[in-house]
Amino acid sequence: MEVFQGKASFKGVAIGKIAEMKKADTVVRRTHVDDVDAEIARYHAGKEMAQKEIMELHDKALKEVGEAQAEIFEVHAMFLDDFDDSVENIIREQNVNAEYAVATTGDNTAAMLAAMDDNPYMQARQTDVKDVADRVIRDMNGGSGSGNNFTEQVILVSDDLAPSETVQLDKSKVLAFVTRGGSTNSHTAILARTMNIPALCQTPVPANVDGKMGIVDGFKGCIIVDPDEETLKKYEEQAAAEEEKKRLLRELKGKETVTKSGRKIKLYANIGGIGDLNFVLENDAAGIGLFRSEFLYLQSNDYPTEEEQFKAYRTVAEMMAGKEVVVRTLDIGADKQVGYFNLDHEDNPALGFRAIRICLTRPEIFKTQLRALYRASAFGNIDIMFPMITSVWEVQQAKKYCEEVKKELHDQNIPFKDVPLGIMIETPAAVMIADELAEEVDFFSIGTNDLTQYTEAIDRQNQKLEKFFNPHHPAILREIQMTIDAGHRHNTWVGICGELGADPTLTEQFVKMGIDELSMSPSSILPVRKIIREMD
Amino acid sequence: MTFTYIVNDPKGMHARPAGVMAATAKEFASDITVEYGGEKVDMKKILPLMGLPMKKGGTFTVTIEGEDAEAAEAAIRNALSDINF
Repeated sequence: MEVFQGKASFKGVAIGKIAEMKKADTVVRRTHVDDVDAEIARYHAGKEMAQKEIMELHDKALKEVGEAQAEIFEVHAMFLDDFDDSVENIIREQNVNAEYAVATTGDNTAAMLAAMDDNPYMQARQTDVKDVADRVIRDMNGGSGSGNNFTEQVILVSDDLAPSETVQLDKSKVLAFVTRGGSTNSHTAILARTMNIPALCQTPVPANVDGKMGIVDGFKGCIIVDPDEETLKKYEEQAAAEEEKKRLLRELKGKETVTKSGRKIKLYANIGGIGDLNFVLENDAAGIGLFRSEFLYLQSNDYPTEEEQFKAYRTVAEMMAGKEVVVRTLDIGADKQVGYFNLDHEDNPALGFRAIRICLTRPEIFKTQLRALYRASAFGNIDIMFPMITSVWEVQQAKKYCEEVKKELHDQNIPFKDVPLGIMIETPAAVMIADELAEEVDFFSIGTNDLTQYTEAIDRQNQKLEKFFNPHHPAILREIQMTIDAGHRHNTWVGICGELGADPTLTEQFVKMGIDELSMSPSSILPVRKIIREMD
Repeated sequence: MTFTYIVNDPKGMHARPAGVMAATAKEFASDITVEYGGEKVDMKKILPLMGLPMKKGGTFTVTIEGEDAEAAEAAIRNALSDINF
């Protein structure tokens, strides 16, 4: 038994035979040709076929993993156009076969990319260039066939997987991905997340594991090769328990979230980026109750442009196909630092310059986001939610900016919808004045994490305070009840998007309290649906 | 004819803008080059374009020579602003 430690890019346990990914054989011989024109024509036929295949992969990826992942294939198709001059030149000048000319061009281009020490992005494109060159060579010789047709389910081990390879795999035969290179952001990791199977990257697996028994532990981030009986038994039990849980929950997919007496609850998902969308659909959320827009700001080196934000919001709106998507506007502050905001260091960031306070102080940032959101609203069912509200004037001010944005868009003839507006209830002040706030907005979403911290005056990161911290403190439950009642007096729906929303011991109580919506991480949705469906 | 353009994309040069630029340039017969930081490449080729180490705020120069230069200029400008590069 041997254990190899890597990085988990998606959790879960898989047990099965290990298969080493076979790379298509592209050993190229150099041969002499006399009819160079015929050879060039062969190249073009192969190239055309390759480009057609690549665009098919593009369409497949578009359906399976989304636009951002599919785009690379369009670029691949264009790489090939760049090959023409070099390939034709080599064939003509050296009287050689097209395969040799393509391989040489691919190698030269890869070498050029490898030399770009100051540009890791371009260095990483070597794989792409070699991938397309290999494809053309295969296509000149009667087409592909990667030889990866597994007859049983396997743990797939490889150095790294090109997007074209992952997209071609028969995914029903893959139990887990293990790569020696790659990163937690690679195509493979994203695919694994979509497929809900474990994946490891940067795992130093030796070359001789093909055909051996293996266990992938996506929780610990390791692969066990040739496990002993005891280990195997332990993991088999764990995998069976998880499978049973999954099976039970699959039965709940597509079912309504409704109590026996017929009360319907909106069961929504919290997401932190577009990458989570597949998980949302997989777990059958009825909508998105909290789309944290921070990721757009955290992942870039400068303020994200209106266009970048618009694209992200539009993608989510479209992928959710008319289901409600609540986007929370920028919620950063001294505790969630973003360098280019140049925020001052604060002694007490939880009570500091953050969220709506930044937005109302620097309206140019806020309005860029609002414009992107309103533009995206034309493509789906978007709601806008403001965080960290403590006063009515803040809501009125935020709404004023919304009106300005709507007028601008109207004057520019840009389509948008009249988006429902809501606020986070996450401060005791907001609970106290919930009646007044409810007159201003269409919905409330209770952020129990911050509400707990501000109500109990407890920093949840501080371990010394553990015995003083009570997540079910009666004060919190009363605040939730007060918020629900105030909302309902003014026709404002009320949800919970904090951690408490997914707490199975409270689900029944929340429903009885009159909650309209619960939003939680996608994996919690089906278990909570089960509880609600069993309620009277 | 020649015009300059200031990069607005926070990510600088990457696959997407290079793809759009090359695809647009290919629609025209004119010779079109892009010059950045002393390096000059054919705009109809995606790989050399991707290799230009453009950063946000940097300026590059597009030179167009040929009969359809005017139409090419308009199309390239439009394409660049469409993707907000």
